[in-house]
Amino acid sequence: MPEPAHALSRPPFRHYQFDSAYDEMFEAPGIPRPHYRALFQTLLDLPPEELRKSQQAADLSFLHQGITFTVYGNSEGTERVFPNDLLPRIIPHAEWRKIESGLTQRIAALNLFLEDIYHSGKILADGIVPKELVYSCRHFRREMRGLSVPRGIYVSICGTDLVRLPDGSFAVLEDNLRVPSGVSYMLANRKVLKKVFPTLFRDYGVCPVDHYAQALLATLRALSPPNSAARHEPTVVLLTPGVFNSAYFEHTFLAQQMGIELVEGRDLLVHDNLVYMRTTAGLRRVDVIYRRVDDDFIDPLCFQRDSGLGVPGLFNAYRAGNVGLANAIGTGVADDKAVYAYLPQIIRYYLGEDPILANVPTYMLTDPSQRNYVLEHLDQLVVKAVGESGGYGMLIGPQSTAEQREDFRRRIQAEPRNYIAQPTLSLSRAPCFLEGEAQARHVDLRPYILYGENMTLVPGGLTRVALRRGSLVVNSSQGGGSKDTWVLRA
Amino acid sequence: MHMNDYRETTMLSRVADSLYWMSRYLERAVHTARLIDVDLQLRLDQSPDAGSERWLGLLQALQVPVPEDGAIDAESLTHLLTLDRTNPSSIISCVAAARENLRQVREQCSSEMWEQLNRLFLQVKSTASSDSGLLDSYQFFRAVQDGAYLFQGVTDSTMSHGEGWHYIQLGRFVERTDAVARLIGAHFSRFPHPLDQAVESEEYLEWVALLKSCAAFQAYCKAHTAELRPLRVAEFLLLNPGFPHSVRFSVDMVHAALRAISDLTERKAEQPVRIAGRLRATLSFSQIDEIMASGANAFVDSIRWQCNQAHTAIHQIYFDYSVESALVA
Repeated sequence: MPEPAHALSRPPFRHYQFDSAYDEMFEAPGIPRPHYRALFQTLLDLPPEELRKSQQAADLSFLHQGITFTVYGNSEGTERVFPNDLLPRIIPHAEWRKIESGLTQRIAALNLFLEDIYHSGKILADGIVPKELVYSCRHFRREMRGLSVPRGIYVSICGTDLVRLPDGSFAVLEDNLRVPSGVSYMLANRKVLKKVFPTLFRDYGVCPVDHYAQALLATLRALSPPNSAARHEPTVVLLTPGVFNSAYFEHTFLAQQMGIELVEGRDLLVHDNLVYMRTTAGLRRVDVIYRRVDDDFIDPLCFQRDSGLGVPGLFNAYRAGNVGLANAIGTGVADDKAVYAYLPQIIRYYLGEDPILANVPTYMLTDPSQRNYVLEHLDQLVVKAVGESGGYGMLIGPQSTAEQREDFRRRIQAEPRNYIAQPTLSLSRAPCFLEGEAQARHVDLRPYILYGENMTLVPGGLTRVALRRGSLVVNSSQGGGSKDTWVLRA
Repeated sequence: MHMNDYRETTMLSRVADSLYWMSRYLERAVHTARLIDVDLQLRLDQSPDAGSERWLGLLQALQVPVPEDGAIDAESLTHLLTLDRTNPSSIISCVAAARENLRQVREQCSSEMWEQLNRLFLQVKSTASSDSGLLDSYQFFRAVQDGAYLFQGVTDSTMSHGEGWHYIQLGRFVERTDAVARLIGAHFSRFPHPLDQAVESEEYLEWVALLKSCAAFQAYCKAHTAELRPLRVAEFLLLNPGFPHSVRFSVDMVHAALRAISDLTERKAEQPVRIAGRLRATLSFSQIDEIMASGANAFVDSIRWQCNQAHTAIHQIYFDYSVESALVA
């Protein structure tokens, strides 16, 4: 092991910077954490030219495979390659165990919460979560009241965003309970990294993630309606909004990996409350739909009327118990950012346990005193619209202009229920290979949780990277990238 | 029905439609590339003023309307047929349409297929944006043809030869039947040479160009030597059973694909199979002198008309059937 100071004077770490954020690789300047030592040494030994070549080869292979996402509001070149960073993010086994149990607990509680509010509403009657908060949520679906879903599971597929705070602990930033995306990049990144660092990968003892598609299929099959003729081999399809959707690559990828049909709304039809797909051999019954279409667009007869993406009559078929949907309709109410603030109480209420993973402190703007505090400190806080995702509709106080703050002040005063505020977090940083050297960038972590017959977490997830220097926003739509996440076996 | 058989045969109508059109567009792009490639070589051997009439014929054979200002020269014509996005039949439009169709069904094809078509598209696109003199060279047109041949090879060796593959075959050979028939019709109208006399001098090059436009020159020479007689050329391009660009070969493939699809889907697809079967019989039993006696044009028009009917019937039975009829079945 080289002397710390000496190591940092050598490429590729010559310009590596530290600040108050937790650094994933170094416990102190020049001293790598134990689980990063082997990677650190490899990077010191490897000529930067070699890495640069690998990066180019990886970029090209992503382009040729068409591993892209679509940027909205940009007509030319709407397909973009999702930037991939070559340096893996490494998570020791013990840390992963804690994440795993924390997320299992959280998803169990969220499902119980959804079942409760769409049935008897005990938690509301007991005053743990304010009624108004739930009923005023844009994603609350009255149509779901009293409707029983297969196995009582509302959220079967979840991608929860975690951040690591300066003290090294993980906290939950957002629950994505509607149609979380990104898992295909987790799998694609792994494939690339195995090619770039085969020996290092083997020596590290990394938990595999390749069985994700199989686990997803098993989860979806578990949602098959009891009355289906093909109970033992239900027909599962993936419903995509179509080729213009930002996650279209992922839809095709998952359908291919699972060996199921990728359908659009126009491929499906409902007759006598049964769902069929239109095939060259005639109509075929569909048992389970993994839908990547939002609630609003899924059935023009029931929700948004002008939607061309959905299937007329689908909701009635669902009501009749003739088709399984993943996720269920109306799950968005539980990832409303204002409901999020009550998660610790929700977990205690249903499970009688303390939350294993912390929440980020959240200011409720419907409360006058909290609102006043927030309005006075807009330049220090992050303000988020409660129903948005993907980094849209967000104000990052310290990086905002006076004009933007004024805009948000007006919006908050007009609709306080629509916003929450959180302290500006210092997300942890990890080395990324940029401009031919290692540079520190902020990262988060999105593990994927599956809940069918039982709960499954594939060890790993998508580590998203804010590629712009100093940026805290990791969303792909806002200039983010991703890197492979190595969860160690021991 | 056994569960495994069922899994084998599930194919969405939209997917079948996309595979079919992907294949048609790609075949169209290669055909255009081959025609321009041949034209570029012919241009070198002819006087500059011989061009414009041939170009009109080229536009007619490709069913591209003559530009409104009427001005066609070598450069603008090449651009129109190659990189002009406003022309839906240009090479770039066809390759982009093929790719877009495959992109919509990419979970149905092998990843090798997608990568190959995507690479071809990126190559054509980068030529379009580089604006270099690449178009003057045969290299670009050769690259398009090679890229498409490679795609075909990759398809044949990495995709199951199941229903989806048969739609790809169907698209390719429906398109080819139509394109080759059109080319023959246009050529025989322009060159009413005595049918059983060897062509000579200046015109010889035009007949070579016709054969080369169907990738058939070498195969023809093997069969009939380099002496070109219009009757033999017509016979070779229309009725040869073994040459992959002849009309008869293409129709045979259309028929075979339709039969296979009809078996796999267990649907009574009498109409398209019947149309293709009749077309096949016509080509198998016709004599070339009979055909030529009533005019090559009338014959190819009738073939194209029937081919179009088969296309419509395929569409109605597999892609766009009415729900009521399907529920009854």
